Amino acid sequence: MILLWLVLIPLIGGAVSLVAARTSARACRWIAAGAIGLDLLLGISLWGSPSNARWINELNYAWIPQLGIRFHLAIDGLSLALLLLTFFLGLMAILASWTEIQERIGFFHFNLLWVLAGITGVFLSVDLFLFYLFWELMLVPMYFLIGIWGHERRVYAAIKFFLFTQLSGLLMLAAIVALAVIHRQGTGLFTFDYESLVNMPLSPAAASFLMLGFFAAFAVKLPAFPFHTWLPDAHTEAPTAGSVILAGLLLKTGAYGLIRFVLPLFPGPARDFAPVMMTLGVIGVLYGAVLAVAQNDFKRMIAYTSVSHMGFVLIGVFAGNQIALTGAFVQMISHGISTGALFIIAGVLQQRMHTREIARMGGLWETAPALSGAGLFFVMASVGLPGLGDFVGEFLVLFGAYRAHISLTAVATLGIIAATLYGLKISSQVFQGPNRNNWRLPDLVPREWVIFGSMMLCLLWLGLYPQSFIRMFQPPPANPVQNVALVQPIRK
Amino acid sequence: MITAALPPLVVALTALIVMIGIAIKRNHRVTAAVSFAGLVLSFISLWPASTVAPVRLALLLTIDRYALIYMGLVVAAGAVVVLLSFPYLQGRSEHKEEFYLLLLLATVGSMVLAAASHMISLFLAMELLSISLYALISYPRTEPLPLEAGIKYLVLAASSSAFLLFGLALLYVAGGTMEIGRISAFPGEGVARFSHLAGMVLVLTGIGFKLAVVPFHLWTPDVYQGAPLPVTAFVASVSKGGVFAFLLRWLSVGTGAPSAPLLLVLTIVAIASMLAGNLLALRQTNVKRLLAYSSIAHMGYFFVAVIAGGGLGWPAATYYLAAYMISILGAFGALLMVSDERREAETFDDIRGLFWRRPVLASVFTAMVLSLAGIPLTAGFLGKFYVLTAGASEAAWTLIIVLIVSSTIGLVYYLRVIVAMFTSLTGVSGQPAFVRPAVTASVVLGVLALALIVLGVYPAPLWNAISGATSGLR
Repeated sequence: MILLWLVLIPLIGGAVSLVAARTSARACRWIAAGAIGLDLLLGISLWGSPSNARWINELNYAWIPQLGIRFHLAIDGLSLALLLLTFFLGLMAILASWTEIQERIGFFHFNLLWVLAGITGVFLSVDLFLFYLFWELMLVPMYFLIGIWGHERRVYAAIKFFLFTQLSGLLMLAAIVALAVIHRQGTGLFTFDYESLVNMPLSPAAASFLMLGFFAAFAVKLPAFPFHTWLPDAHTEAPTAGSVILAGLLLKTGAYGLIRFVLPLFPGPARDFAPVMMTLGVIGVLYGAVLAVAQNDFKRMIAYTSVSHMGFVLIGVFAGNQIALTGAFVQMISHGISTGALFIIAGVLQQRMHTREIARMGGLWETAPALSGAGLFFVMASVGLPGLGDFVGEFLVLFGAYRAHISLTAVATLGIIAATLYGLKISSQVFQGPNRNNWRLPDLVPREWVIFGSMMLCLLWLGLYPQSFIRMFQPPPANPVQNVALVQPIRK
Repeated sequence: MITAALPPLVVALTALIVMIGIAIKRNHRVTAAVSFAGLVLSFISLWPASTVAPVRLALLLTIDRYALIYMGLVVAAGAVVVLLSFPYLQGRSEHKEEFYLLLLLATVGSMVLAAASHMISLFLAMELLSISLYALISYPRTEPLPLEAGIKYLVLAASSSAFLLFGLALLYVAGGTMEIGRISAFPGEGVARFSHLAGMVLVLTGIGFKLAVVPFHLWTPDVYQGAPLPVTAFVASVSKGGVFAFLLRWLSVGTGAPSAPLLLVLTIVAIASMLAGNLLALRQTNVKRLLAYSSIAHMGYFFVAVIAGGGLGWPAATYYLAAYMISILGAFGALLMVSDERREAETFDDIRGLFWRRPVLASVFTAMVLSLAGIPLTAGFLGKFYVLTAGASEAAWTLIIVLIVSSTIGLVYYLRVIVAMFTSLTGVSGQPAFVRPAVTASVVLGVLALALIVLGVYPAPLWNAISGATSGLR
């Protein structure tokens, strides 16, 4: 039941805050924050209950019996870690928009909470139809968040985002339906259940085509080069909360889909296509980093660094061993926090300076030292400073990928050097140097201290004691019929 | 026997009562109420009829559960149109009552189409439907646009009837029968084979005109735009529903599947309709025209399910039709609610910023548009999902890819409608006057929105009924 509540609480909370906004904006914000806080507590309570069973908790109802569709939610360590990230970043997003959003507050929080509910559903569904349903459900509110509260070119960015996701999503839907149809041809039963489909024999050709259908959806969300072109627009134009959720969570649903569905369902093609996928990942790492250096818009720059970081995740997922996969997992969590924090920094700066242009910034340290210090911290996290989360993720990915493909790994390592370039560009041109434009900015307020402080703690925790997270992570078992040892265990 | 034929009979009887009533004394409110009551009664009489089904009435009609399901859809849609027409007509033309008479007659035609098992009943029902529609489309006879639309529909529908008749003659030459169960089989060689195929294609042409599939779609945008809003809603839902029911029955009885050349024709029509409808809709700035082009694309999606056929294709097509009817009626209903007594709301400017003026109405409209676009939690999504499943079971991958690509194209213009509604009105001078919402139309929209969500999240009961009914088609 607790799983159902995890989805229902944001849905109900969104509706309540929509109504509450008519009387009081403050009540609306508190209700939204309270709902997500409650979800966070529920998630933490699940953390404390480890078990050796396949799922920590499960919920399974019949829904559309004619086609064997079930309302089947289940949670394991992978889902739980991502859910905690979801609720944590959700809470941060609400806090970050506390003063930024002043128009149509009720509808804003309604959409925000419904996106979070959709993401929660995506991380919990183990019925493929249900998964697709939630996959689409997070799309519409996100579209409104960008399209209504975004910046100058918001409508263009929102439509581009929607179209990219919808086209790739429909390809995935066709692949899902084809899987179910193949299952029926083999057994006479329609089912969309993950466990049944994972154990189904598939011809190599069918497996390859279907994997590409799934990969299309996840590669667009991730985003993998060359499907990333929606991302800079959407991230840049979205309001702060939208950017945080896009970068921190929506991108993770793509990586989650690869780990949860593509690897277990199609281990054969996943191994055959691995060099291609890893090459795409390496291109993404370098391309994203190089373009990030060239950007003048603060948010656009962070958006391109996301492309670079998610390239590492793609490499890690397809490297074919547990070390790299674990690295991708850690990278997903820590990138969510570090990039989310950078977007909040960008939002805080825009609210104070009314510009996102890096060229107009500079020397902020002398007027807002705490803000600049926080900014520097998250930039360093993003660059991969040892001791912070991203370093662990990238290091493990490169470590594992080295065993799979030495030359590609060597090239990917260059991405870390490029990362220092954009990292230094932000720190030197935004926070340090002379204050040419004579900015006089107010420093952090207590609410912002809470946001940045808790995010810093999380990154430090991930960087210094990653084992507590890694312990949660067991890769989903792969299709035994296509029987390949895709994920090799770590040699002790 | 009479029990089985009750649903269309009740509507026909209502039409008679309304006619006599008008002759005695004109009263708009009473006429609308009687028409609505008649349609409701007809809907209720579906249950007694289903206890005796299937019944064969002479050679002309087969009233089975399949026919009853479609009759139910058509009658329900007709009742919705009546409720939408009432507030629409209230402040407009001087003779309002005949409108309902024509509406009822056209509904009877559509219902008979659902049960037609003989080409003669097809022709009679189709003419009853068409002739009523000529008058309905040009009902505001003092305005140029409806008149133009009416003439256009008249000319094209009449020529399509000619095609249909010629096709029937050829089919008769080939097989010596007009029963649809017996002409579907593919006859011998030579001339008979040729005239059979030519006849099938010509009949398909006649039906294609009514459904407005490419290449018989040219009348759609003008008629949709010119006709009064309730009539547009009627053309999009009731008239298509009946014709569609007949098409499905015609293609499925007898052999159970269309022959190979016919299948090729249907495939081409489906692909052309999906692509052309969505591409042409992209450039529209008039919401009525936009929905007209989108309806062409939706007919293409139906054809995918029809081509897939079998245990999944027929119910999928029927479910899609139910979902489409709800969404399109809701969309036109919402437009009607925005219209005032002088002119209809039809351009993007009319709905701009609607969400900030009338949030509930705009939310309902948005839900309808999202359903047309096939976004989850709406009936339209499940309809599209069923169509995809049916297509995948028959390995119709070309059709599926075209469906996916074209519905993504379709999303562009659906999103434009939604964007218009959510655009903030600040800075635009001349706020549109607030229109007092009509009670009947509000209730109808509420019911439609509810049905949209229910069919979108809990399809099991309707799907059961539909697949039970369509399995008896062979």
